[in-house]
Amino acid sequence: MPVTGTGRTSRIIRWIDYRLPFVAMLEHELNEYPTPRNLNYWWNFGSLAGIILVILIVSGVVLAMHYTPNAGMAFDSVERIMRDVNYGWLLRYIHMNGASMFFLIVYIHLFRGLYYGSYKYPRELLWMLGVVILLLMMATAFMGYVLPWGQMSYWGATVITNLFSAIPLVGQKIVTLLWGGFTVGNPTLNRFFSLHYLLPFVIVAVVGLHLVALHSHGSNNPLGIDHRGPQDSIPFHPYYTIKDLFGLMVFLIVFAIFVFYAPNLLGDPQNYIPANPLQTPPDIVPEWYFLPYYAILRSMTFNVLGIPSKLVGVILMFSSILVLFVLPWLDTSRVRSATFRPIYKKIYWLLVIDVLVLGYCGAHPPAGTIVVVGQLGTFYYFFHFLILIPLIGKIERPRPLPTSIGAAVLGPASAAGGN
Amino acid sequence: MSDVAQSQVSHGHSPGHAGGTRRDFLTLTASALGVVGVASAIWPFVDSLNPAKDTLALSTADVDLSPIQVGQRLTAAWQGKPVFIDHRPAAEIKAAQEVDVSTLRDPQKDSDRVQKPEWLIVVGVCTHLGCIPLGQKTGDDRGLFGGWFCPCHGSMYDTSARIRQGPAPLNLLVPPYKFTSDAKITIG
Amino acid sequence: MPRSALALAALLALALAGPARAQEEAPSPPHQQWSFEGVFGTYDEAALQRGFQVYKEVCSACHAVKHLYYRDLTEIGYTDDQVKGFAAQSQVTDGPNDQGEMYQRPGRPSDPFASPFANDQAARAANNGALPPDLSLIVKAREGGPDYVYAILNGFKDAPADVKLNPNMNYNEYFPGHQIGMPPPLTTDGQLTFADGTKATVPQMAHDVVTFLAWASEPNLNERHRMGAKVILFLVIVAGIFYAAKRRIWADLHGHRIAQAGEDD
Repeated sequence: MPVTGTGRTSRIIRWIDYRLPFVAMLEHELNEYPTPRNLNYWWNFGSLAGIILVILIVSGVVLAMHYTPNAGMAFDSVERIMRDVNYGWLLRYIHMNGASMFFLIVYIHLFRGLYYGSYKYPRELLWMLGVVILLLMMATAFMGYVLPWGQMSYWGATVITNLFSAIPLVGQKIVTLLWGGFTVGNPTLNRFFSLHYLLPFVIVAVVGLHLVALHSHGSNNPLGIDHRGPQDSIPFHPYYTIKDLFGLMVFLIVFAIFVFYAPNLLGDPQNYIPANPLQTPPDIVPEWYFLPYYAILRSMTFNVLGIPSKLVGVILMFSSILVLFVLPWLDTSRVRSATFRPIYKKIYWLLVIDVLVLGYCGAHPPAGTIVVVGQLGTFYYFFHFLILIPLIGKIERPRPLPTSIGAAVLGPASAAGGN
Repeated sequence: MSDVAQSQVSHGHSPGHAGGTRRDFLTLTASALGVVGVASAIWPFVDSLNPAKDTLALSTADVDLSPIQVGQRLTAAWQGKPVFIDHRPAAEIKAAQEVDVSTLRDPQKDSDRVQKPEWLIVVGVCTHLGCIPLGQKTGDDRGLFGGWFCPCHGSMYDTSARIRQGPAPLNLLVPPYKFTSDAKITIG
Repeated sequence: MPRSALALAALLALALAGPARAQEEAPSPPHQQWSFEGVFGTYDEAALQRGFQVYKEVCSACHAVKHLYYRDLTEIGYTDDQVKGFAAQSQVTDGPNDQGEMYQRPGRPSDPFASPFANDQAARAANNGALPPDLSLIVKAREGGPDYVYAILNGFKDAPADVKLNPNMNYNEYFPGHQIGMPPPLTTDGQLTFADGTKATVPQMAHDVVTFLAWASEPNLNERHRMGAKVILFLVIVAGIFYAAKRRIWADLHGHRIAQAGEDD
């Protein structure tokens, strides 16, 4: 062990550690921190999210050395990166596809939490910090997409910032404040660049809090039962370090396929047209990770109780995320993992399908059946969280839980402890 | 730490255990490949800071010498730096050629520094710490040797722009250039 | 959770893989064979040079490619001297000179391709109010990419009886709305003579100029594909080694495995 050895390295480490207990902390977190022995591969996505965040920050900082945040030069500076800067095309495609990967990973991570009840006691704050991270990610991604100053950048920014005009009384003033002008323009671009550079570091800080909250009670596990004794846990290192590294390699293969062979598959061709404030594209579509929220936003085609449909749409869209915050209190079940919740297990997949259907609706112009499907999807989304989840917890009869993780994994003989 | 966890940890670290050597080989290969991968991944990020293709393409400058009278000096721009072009009168050329090269800090014959003796073309950046020496404009202090004088730390250059006095270690650099016609040059 | 989750992932792929953006009533462009498509695709250099010739002799009359520089042409097989020659054929605005005036001079390799018009307004004035788009990114900026651009170039035909063409418009089968401001640029076989002797039929010229424009949109494709193959091969090998290491390290735990719900792998 580095801290207890006798060699020169150990003495140096002890000198540092006495003053700043960094190595001791690492040792505790890696070697001593008890991790459930039965985590499956759906538990890899947390560390993947952290790594892709680092990749995005590093590529972003280097890109920012070549990018010019001025409305007259932004598009050209991005093309210069793609053509003239050494490996510029690689950095740009890594950053662009990295953002998509970040959302994919975080959505899977989130849905893992939904399935296994990771949001339930005592991990409510851990979950809520995660939702905060998701919100910060959405703000960061939205502003980042504006920076290349293509047609979608400009018009997407126009549509989404205009949403705030739905706020009664002060709406238009807020929008003017956001824009720094009378339309999206150079002032808007400059401040979005500044904030896009800042927010990822705020995300890092909240991720730090998220990890502290995690380490207070340790990871959840597929059985959803607390660890009761030493036979339930194994040290994080080397078991989960190597498993996370393997998972990372698999993810990097997927990432590389996008970056090197389909870098524009998830993007919109219209963003390769320079922004034209005098010409709206025939269809304004956000990036794929915003599509379900976009569908919810557009689902409100009628006024409700005198409130204009536009405002209701905005409220619903934000509520779709806010409802996640209160999920720990909406779910009345005393059982965490869907493995032992026969009704919830099936309803869960309805939510997944609902979100995918909403995404599909968001991708298409709001006409004909798409509108109705979007409205049904929006209704079901809130019905699921506000009605079904509380109800199912109460009426469901959960399957019997195993006595311990160790018992489930090793067989009943080990329940007494020891291997 | 529990006994179970302890034995599991020691499994991971004892090479004598059956299967341990294979795990060590694996760990070694995995770590080595990991390091190679990370190093190769870092290179594009570092190389992107090197001059880009458009910067590299702007590495030449064309100058028309015909408006420069004998005795006049012109400052041209090349790669973001000033280039001193001196249309030397006979007196300056003679002074440059008569200097005893062995006394120079940076020994160079005047004939090695010019292609045509009446045209001296040097980069106008002092070889000490990078200031731009005086001497291009009429009325400028040219120092004691008829060439250029650097006001930052007192380096003085002669009529062949060679360092004669002061802290600069080297003569003013002669950039690569060629005559595309009698009165036109391309620098770089 | 595992297997059904993978099925859902497939559903997701299906849901979003289709043309997720709105298409107007124009039909989908038919698929063409391109040398640069697919995992091992590269640009065919001969096609690139013929395509450049088509651009230079036909398209450059109205369309700029401002993100291309003459020096980029060395990447499609031309020598430095040939590139200097191409550059010098155009006049480029430079200045101001010491009198404060802008002046024209022959182009250099470090210059961007000269535009046919000084600005958008001049372009519109010369084209009945229509703005010929810059072609530097046209292949990436259109749904359908090279297939679409090829379809447009080959898609000009007489307007059907029930369609009334607006003034100065031309009927095109694949253009959204079917009415395009551009008159057919490639009209006759042999419109120009290829330097390498290939027969200049309209489909051939269209194919080559689209290859050239694809390169203009994405000059780094060759390097990107090459690097991708090396990176993915490396990652597959390392993933295999890491998996073997993982199995080794977990072996002493797995020795007591009894299959149960929620158990790890």
